[in-house]
Order: sequence, then structure tokens, then C-alpha cells
Amino acid sequence: MADSRTESSLSALGMRIAAQVVVYGAFAALLGYFSVSPTYTQVDPDFGVIKLSFSHAGQPETECRRRSQEQLEELAPNMRKTMDCPRRRVNLLVELELDGERIYRDELPPSGLSGDGASTVYQDFPVPAGRYTLVARLRDSRREQGFDWTLERTVDVSPRQNLVIDFRAETGGFKIL
Amino acid sequence: MAAIRSALRYGMERVESGFDAVYGADWNPLYHLGALGWFFFWIITISGIYLYIFFDSGVDQAYESVEYMTHVQWYAAGIMRSLHRYASDAFVVVVLAHLARQWIKGNYNDARWFGWVTGVPLLWLMYASGISGYWIVWDSLAQYVAVATTEWLDTLPLFGEPIARNFLHESTLSGRFFTLMVFIHIAVPLTMLFLMWVHIQRHMYPRVNPPRGLMIGTFGMLMVLSVVYPAVSQDRANLNQVVAQVGLDWFYLPLYPLLDVYPGELLWGVLVGTTLVLIVLPFLPPRRRVRPAVVDLDNCNGCGRCVADCPYSAVSLRPRTDGASYSHEAVVTNEKCVSCGICVGACPTSTPFRRQSDLVPGIDLPDLAMGALRENLVTAAGALNEHPRVMVIGCGAGVSLDALSGPGVAIKSLPCVGQLPPSFIDFLITRGHVEGVFVAGCRDGDCEYRLGQQWTEARLDQERDPHLRSRVPRERIRIYWAGRDRAAAAGRELDGFRAALRELDGDPADRKGEGHPRGEAISAAAAGHG
Repeated sequence: MADSRTESSLSALGMRIAAQVVVYGAFAALLGYFSVSPTYTQVDPDFGVIKLSFSHAGQPETECRRRSQEQLEELAPNMRKTMDCPRRRVNLLVELELDGERIYRDELPPSGLSGDGASTVYQDFPVPAGRYTLVARLRDSRREQGFDWTLERTVDVSPRQNLVIDFRAETGGFKIL
Repeated sequence: MAAIRSALRYGMERVESGFDAVYGADWNPLYHLGALGWFFFWIITISGIYLYIFFDSGVDQAYESVEYMTHVQWYAAGIMRSLHRYASDAFVVVVLAHLARQWIKGNYNDARWFGWVTGVPLLWLMYASGISGYWIVWDSLAQYVAVATTEWLDTLPLFGEPIARNFLHESTLSGRFFTLMVFIHIAVPLTMLFLMWVHIQRHMYPRVNPPRGLMIGTFGMLMVLSVVYPAVSQDRANLNQVVAQVGLDWFYLPLYPLLDVYPGELLWGVLVGTTLVLIVLPFLPPRRRVRPAVVDLDNCNGCGRCVADCPYSAVSLRPRTDGASYSHEAVVTNEKCVSCGICVGACPTSTPFRRQSDLVPGIDLPDLAMGALRENLVTAAGALNEHPRVMVIGCGAGVSLDALSGPGVAIKSLPCVGQLPPSFIDFLITRGHVEGVFVAGCRDGDCEYRLGQQWTEARLDQERDPHLRSRVPRERIRIYWAGRDRAAAAGRELDGFRAALRELDGDPADRKGEGHPRGEAISAAAAGHG
């Protein structure tokens, strides 16, 4: 009788340990699988991405003007600067065309509380891999028509390529990375 | 909402019962989710320190150093890396389960708001720690995380220039950003550790270590997983290419795919809104139902047992203020008191053997005073006329007491069975009010008020003051810890207990007209203690 009870107790313990192994195994499987699966597809692998991104400060919105003597005298002594240069800069106007079709156009306001910082753009355009004629235009002056900077280039976009259109005025304007 | 929570609680308790069957109440991981969180945190910390020795934070070196650890030093750093990842993932699982469980059980209201509210920022820190960790490996997942995170952050009006431009192209990538990320990956977990410490500040005897058996099993599971399915990097990051497909860690990054569908501002709004809802949740109605414990200085000698037994550090001692000859007095911090009554059960003056007019213990619940409780118990016992008479004393969080009622059985529900001083059981049995006392508390190992079961068992086993006197036959007391889903089993246990009492006392017909000899005998023995 005692042997039977011991046997039954050992059997219950064995079942319990086996069940624990199953639960630990299930938890391990959960951790192992979801730590890296299922795969997420963000961009079609046959597509590339054209990324238009730059940070650039436009011209001041208004030109500096010379203060008259009377105007200078109205100011506190430490504020008497001959030139009055309003800080605010113009909005940038940016356009991007692909094979003659305009895919982006926006006015980019300057950053900063006084509007004297750079304007920025950061835009992605997934496109099927292939050859494209790309035209980027930027107006950063007070002019009301036309653009100050233009880039026209034929590019081959390969699958998964990250084609970046940057802009640096000091190195000649638009630049493809 | 109450109906939803009730249904969830029922379901949760069924699952917990299943785990009870597999692990037993002591090792049931669902009762130790917070402690498991601490355990995983230490594994993450120790493995992280080891990995940091070999990690190089340079743009070109980060990936190579992780590859070296994974493939060359696979037997040490490789396993450490896998432990680091899998423990981090397990950390998310237990933390979210802990959060859900506390919500379902309603353990965030009233005085327990502190643990809840301090837990909310921990969620943010947990995700920030994990996300920054994936970033510094600098594989394709890191690239995806870096670009997606910075683009998401750029939707907030925080940065003059988009920080995503740091990851525009290989030619524009700077190692300085990496150094910053490594700093964040160390600083955020350190901040989290501090907040975790704050999180448990209102707990007396906080459980920060799981039971040893559970620890060994869990660590063994992580080790086996690390060896069988080691964590590896994906392809090296290359900013000249977009990450088209990526293996995501869905524990840390479940929201990231949504960034490709919904505006980042919307997701920030949802996250901030959810955070605010979680924070205000404890302060929404319904609020406190029972008033906090109060100290009666005339009956408090400053012994400190209530201080030692309070699970929430709500009672403390301070120098005497009433000029009595004792050095200290107990004082209750109302904001911390959950009105469980465990302090009342610990008070040596809380004894029913005193005359009724005197039954005002040193500490008491004003809405469930011990004087009234004694009267209720005596009245309820007096209405019983079927042998053996049993007083069932249960709590609101345990098995449904209504299911236990029947002839010969009186029911009394307390906030926590820990409120019942052993002297009350002594009183009920030795004075012959009942033949037995059936204590039916919460599910074994899962006390609603943390320590009620532990203290009750220790008091009845004479291991903790105030303990049950030796004169009370232990076989006349039955403790049964069970959740709400165990009503039928509790009923069978009660039937078994009553059958055992019948056997002890023999056939009541033999004693017709003789009263209750055992009760009288015990009562006579106890007369000197009245």
C-alpha cells in the first residue's frame, strides 16, 4: 500500500516536472520567435527610395536698411546700430519632379522663434527600381517667380537604394548622395 | 467596466489555477511577476556589463565587435548576448502581465495608487532601454530602429533640424551619435533601477526575488534558449540602402510598423493619452470604501506588532504623545492604509475574551470594529443548530463565501483573514460557540493584501505573535486558500472538515440535553483567561 502511494506520488511529481518543462519550453518558444519574427516589410524589395532632405537658411525676408540719425537717437545707447536688419528669413519653396511629374512642392518656413533659422525638409518617395529624370528646384530668395537653384539629372534607382537629394549652397547647391 | 474586469478576473483565475497545478502555489510565476521582473533586470544588467567590456561604440567597430562576441566568443559573450536579449524580452512580458494583473485585480486604487503611478514611467523607460539597445548593434534592425525612431521624434517640435538627418547616408553618419546612444542605453536602465526602488517603497517586505525553484527554472530556460537559438545580428547597417525587410523584436517594437500607416503625431498622442489615463486611473471613482485604521492610545502600548505586520508600511511608531508610561505609540499614515485590517489582527489587545465594553483594541478599523465583530460572530454562531457548527471566516477576494453557506455553517467575510486575531478563533471554539473554524482566504500564494495569508498561518502555527494558544485543538481549525473559481472544491473541503469534526465529537444524539461537552470542557479550561 505504502509502495503504491510512493509510486503514485512519484508519478505525480514526474507529471508536474514534465508539465513545467512544457510551460518553460512554450515561453522560450514565444521569446525566441517573437524576438525576431515575423519579418516586417517596410518597403517593397523591388523599390528604391528617393529621399529629399536638407536644411538650409533662406535670405532675410527684408533687406537691411540704414538708420537715420534721428532714429538712432531714439534708441538706447547700447542699441544704436547703424544698420537695421530684420531677422526673419523667407520661406523656401521646394519642388521635386520625377519624369516630368511633380511629386512634391512645399513652402518651408524658417525655424526659430524669430523665424531666423534654417528651413528643413525630410521626405521619402518610394519608387520602383528603374531610370528616372529627376528635377529638383529651390527658391531661397525674395524673388516671387522662378527658382534660385535647380538640379536636373537622370538617375538609375536600384532595388533598395536610398538615393538622397541633399542641398548645400556652399558646395554648389543640390547634391545627390 | 466592472463586468469586463470581473470576467477577466474569472478568466485570469482559471489560468492561475492551471499554473497552480503545474508549479504549485509557491512557484506559480503568475504570483511572482514583479519579482520575476527584478530577476530579469539583474540578468540584463550582469550580461550587459559583460557585453560592454567587448563592445566598441565606433560606427565601423560596433557591428564587428558584436559579431566577434556572437561568433568568436560564442561560448561566453555570445551566450551573454542571448541572455541579454531574451531576458529583456521576458522582462517586457512579465512587466505587461504584472500591469494587466494589477488592473484586473483592482490593485491600484486608494492607498495603492503609489505603486501603480510609479510603475507607469517604468514602462517608458523599459521601452527606451530596449530600443536604444537594438540601436547600438548597428545591423539592419538597428538602422531601421534608428531611422524610424528619429523620424518619429522629428514629428515633435523639439529639434531645430531633423535628427533623422544623422542617418541620411553613410557619408553623413557620425560616431558621436553612437556614443550618445551608448550613454542612453546605460543611463536609462540606471534611472529605471532607481524608479523600481521607488516603486516598491510602500511595500513592507517587498518580494524582489522569485522563489529559488522558479528562479532556477527560469534561468535554465533562458540558458537553453540562448544555446539552442542564440541571438544573432542581421546584415550590417548600410544607409546607402533602405531596410526593405527586417526581423522585428515584437516585444519592444510593436508600434513601429504603425508609423508607416499613421502619422507619428497621432501615435505620440495615443501613447501620451494612454499614459495619462493610466496615471489618473487610481484617482477616478469609485474611491475608498472602508476608512483607514485608527489607533486608540488608551489601548496602545506601542509594542510595534502592527508596524511589523502592515504590508504597506502604513503604520509606524513615534514617541508617546499622551504622557502614558510607554515609550512609543502607533500612528497610521492614512494615505498608505488599504484598510485590510492585518494590523488589527496583530494587536495583542484585540482579544474577544475582554468584556464587550472593553473590546476596543489599540488599533482598529472604524468600519469593521472588533467589538462589533465579536458580537456578529457570537450572534451568527448562536443561530446555528446543526452539529457540527462551523464558523467560516473568509475574505472578499477568495472563494465565494455564499457557496459555502448551509445548515450548521455561519459565514463572516472580512477584508482580509489577517484581520482575525487568533484569540477570536480561540474564543469561538473554547467558549463553545462553534465546533470548528474554517478560514477561507484568497488563492494560495496570492493574498489580496500581500501578507495576510503568511501572517495568518504563522500566527496559527505559533510562529508569530499574537499566536494561537496551545489549548485550542488545531484539528478544529481548517485553512483553505482558494480563488473564486474553486467554490465547489471549497465546499467539498468544508464538508470534509465537518465530517472530521463529527468524528471528533461523536454522535450529537448521544449528547442530547447535555449541551456541548467539549465546548464546555474547553470553556471551563479557558475560564481563567477571560
